[in-house]
Amino acid sequence: MLSPVYQPVYRPKSITARPQTQAQRLEELIGNTPLLDLSHTAVAHGLSPRVALFAKAEWFNPGGSVKDRAALNIIRTAEKDGSLHPGMTLIDSTSGNTGIAYAMLGAARGYRVKLVVPQNISPERLAILRAYGAELIFTDPLDGSDGALEEARRLAAADPTLFYARQYDNPANWRAHYLTTANEIWQQTDGTITHFVAGMGTSGTFMGTMRRLKELNPAILGHAVQPDSPFNGLEGLKHMPTAIKPGIYDESLADDVRTVRTEDAYKMARFLARHEGVFVGISAAAAVWAATAVGQKLEAGTIVTILPDSGLKYLSERFWSE
Amino acid sequence: MATIRIPTPLRPYTGNNGQVTVNGGTVGSALADLTDQYPDLRPHLFEGDTLRSFVNVYLNQEDVRHLQGPQTAVAADDTLMIIPSIAGG
Ligand SMILES: Cc1ncc(COP(=O)(O)O)c(C=O)c1O
Repeated sequence: MLSPVYQPVYRPKSITARPQTQAQRLEELIGNTPLLDLSHTAVAHGLSPRVALFAKAEWFNPGGSVKDRAALNIIRTAEKDGSLHPGMTLIDSTSGNTGIAYAMLGAARGYRVKLVVPQNISPERLAILRAYGAELIFTDPLDGSDGALEEARRLAAADPTLFYARQYDNPANWRAHYLTTANEIWQQTDGTITHFVAGMGTSGTFMGTMRRLKELNPAILGHAVQPDSPFNGLEGLKHMPTAIKPGIYDESLADDVRTVRTEDAYKMARFLARHEGVFVGISAAAAVWAATAVGQKLEAGTIVTILPDSGLKYLSERFWSE
Repeated sequence: MATIRIPTPLRPYTGNNGQVTVNGGTVGSALADLTDQYPDLRPHLFEGDTLRSFVNVYLNQEDVRHLQGPQTAVAADDTLMIIPSIAGG
């Protein structure tokens, strides 16, 4: 017997109530990034079959990098404590990704965004910041990120109407990762993570994630990644021994510090693109390089690292074709 | 004698000098004179005889890779700059 034909019943919807849809606000898309299995990389770099190598694909954030997490928590925390309100201008120094995140969120929430950047900022980052409508202040390229940081401090001190976001010193930066990144990793590995490997710029990612992971399981080891030299091509990472030390940096959270040579990161970036289909930025490649070095020493374990951004912002670099 | 401006992260290797005057009629010979004066700089800038690929050298605001590379002529009143990449945040 044929079942009766289904007849949808159309009822007029109230025009005052918001319809139940699946639409989301931009900031709801921040976090909950996929955990990628990098098993080809693990095998090709001689890791034991009992060592798993996983990585958080942070370019899935709407601003294209891990820094969306920190920027969102810095803004939300300041809104809550009353230091940031509509109509105000946010200022900070940045190498690019945090600036992109501030510019995106500022546009969405009605804040003006003023960013202090070294003049040699990459053309890709500059174009993105301009597209979001951020105001840019350039500092001497020879003074690097620390020069931009000092200029931001000076400008913020001179104008109390600005909200100075202070990503290097603001606890809301590392707390973003304490509240989100670490718990996502714990759930996505079913609590099996044994080693965490991440690069350090402001150190927010490493500090916040490690603090929470140690609470969940004190046996988890943290490996912080740094450039081998104060002069390097690992954009986004800081050489802590020679740079202005971020206020949020606590070196006791790192069980081990791994240094990476720029050429090794370039090689890993090409390897990941060509053999894993994973197209990432230089700091991500440096982190994976360090993670394979950690893995080579293990008989068994689950290593998780962070891929802060994709390779798109580094397309103008020469190393892809070397 | 041309001038080379040194970025902050490399100053520990130039006795904290922000600029160094060098001999040499080309970018290549000017950089060679710089690393002869400060041998500790050499491994940060060169891999063997070639400039490491992330090292950017500018002659009067222009990337020498867009000129004639190490063969680019340098006059006595020219300024070369060694530009670092951008660190974290
Ligand atoms: C590409 C890239 N990698 C790594 C980092 C470092 O992240 P964190 O500041 O959380 O240490 C940054 C920071 O801006 C970055 O832009």
